[in-house]
Amino acid sequence: MWDFLFTPEVFLIWTSLLKTILLLAVILGLVSYTVYAERKVSALIQDRVGPNRTGIPLTGIRILGLGQPIADALKLLLKENFIPRSVHKFYYYIAPKLTMIPPILVLCVLPFGSSLFGVPMVIANINIGILFVFAVTSLGVYGIVLAGWASNSKYPFLGGIRSSSQMISYELAMGLSVVPIFMIIGTLNLSEVVRYQAQHGWLISPYWPQGLSLQSIFHGDWKAVGGALLAGLNLRHILLWFPLIISFFVFVVAIFAETNRLPFDLPEAEQELVGGYHTEYSSMGFALFFLGEYAAMISGSGVIVTLFFGGWSLPFIPDGSATTIFGMAIPGLSAVCSAHLASFIWGIVNIATFFGKVSCILLFMIWVRWTLPRLRYDQLMKFGWYFFFELALVNIFVTALILMYVK
Amino acid sequence: MAYTIPRPKLNWKERLFLPVFASGLAITWRHFKNRMLGRTKVTMQYPEEKWDEHLPPHYRGAPTLVTDEHGRERCVACQLCEFICPPRAITIHPEEIPTTNKWKKVEKRPKEFEIDMIRCIYCGLCEEVCPEQAIFLRKDYSITGLSRAEMKHDKKKLYELGGVMTGLVNKWNDKK
Repeated sequence: MWDFLFTPEVFLIWTSLLKTILLLAVILGLVSYTVYAERKVSALIQDRVGPNRTGIPLTGIRILGLGQPIADALKLLLKENFIPRSVHKFYYYIAPKLTMIPPILVLCVLPFGSSLFGVPMVIANINIGILFVFAVTSLGVYGIVLAGWASNSKYPFLGGIRSSSQMISYELAMGLSVVPIFMIIGTLNLSEVVRYQAQHGWLISPYWPQGLSLQSIFHGDWKAVGGALLAGLNLRHILLWFPLIISFFVFVVAIFAETNRLPFDLPEAEQELVGGYHTEYSSMGFALFFLGEYAAMISGSGVIVTLFFGGWSLPFIPDGSATTIFGMAIPGLSAVCSAHLASFIWGIVNIATFFGKVSCILLFMIWVRWTLPRLRYDQLMKFGWYFFFELALVNIFVTALILMYVK
Repeated sequence: MAYTIPRPKLNWKERLFLPVFASGLAITWRHFKNRMLGRTKVTMQYPEEKWDEHLPPHYRGAPTLVTDEHGRERCVACQLCEFICPPRAITIHPEEIPTTNKWKKVEKRPKEFEIDMIRCIYCGLCEEVCPEQAIFLRKDYSITGLSRAEMKHDKKKLYELGGVMTGLVNKWNDKK
């Protein structure tokens, strides 16, 4: 009766739906807890205590204020949605949604795990992965510009203008900075990018003992270990590291600018623009902007992790197709059972690895935000046009030269 | 008159901003680490931790009335505090002390003594002006109530808060 569920098309549809729902749940949870992390880390950096009161309601249990995001969400939901009389209604309504949707759309091409029950853990395994990412993230600016324009008020307007010019100056450098990666790997498919990094080493690392496994270390197979360690000393790999670290640097800066994080939060600029583009928004409208910013942070760090930190891969950790745990079967189970359980465990470990890496990048973003002051407007433009654009461009040629002459 | 602010000439290292970014990140990391390890002093977590035992002796909390070691209420209802009180928080209705009383030579005492704690600004002028050492600012600072009536401290409440004060000048004891 249920056989139709396993015909290829239907299987694809319901697994994709299931993955989408689960990923959305995880991401929305991660968004609200990023807000919490932001507040807590900022407090710790500034020698304060931070949110520590809200816990489980009616019990008095506080657990470090971990209930705070839920309370915040409730507060924003219950607030009055005040709409100024002079706004352009249609664009005013549509702008917050336009800010929230693109970052979430980006997540659908990111491989957030290897495979679970044989299903690849990426919602849309498309061959134009990174192009899709760029196409969708640049839509995010429309939300901000529309909000600034539709609010019919001077500060949001200034925020919108700033946002559009900031995007122009950074989009180019961002697009160009990742070209070397695809020249080296030879595919735009993000799942393939991660698979390449799982085999040949994360793009951020200059040295990668290829083929080194825990088994050979445990069994004292020193010949294999030595061979792997030596194989890591590859001239081409080491030379390619220089353009890759430059493209990493440019890309991270561009992601900061893309997500409107300090030191590039000119569209918001609380001190000068009263919150910039979302000045006239309240209640859920504001919440969508606010959460959209954090969702953009998460998808941005997801892209960074996928491109440079090897996605879900971790040294010595196999992907979800492995049927044993470090070459051993799980005791007390039949062979089939053990193999399935092992591959399930590795699938979960891979997903956890991806989100762990994303969280580290998020923490770095928060750390940077509470350290650096905002760049001046001309500094930002200068950085984008005079420095990063050229750097990314030259980087491509350097990579090409290395690929051509060093075998 | 317009004037130009001289901007410092930056060398290439400073114009790159990276060294300063790194040193800034190091500073915030140090603060983060010290705070995580509990080496930083932070704000007192008020309702759980209180400063009560460290309050200085001259702390100006709620004004109260005191009795002395003979059990006599010190206030003679001279109404000086009522007159000096800047926000006019104090209301006194005096009465005569009946002749049967042991302290009839004092002649007057307050029938009602009310301090409106919504109005009180804790300035301590009442304590300063009192010729009888009857009114003192004590260390209660958390005066709350659910209604305006509750925030009016009457005579009973004031004596309750004030308690007995020893070592005061007992000028009435020597008089016949």
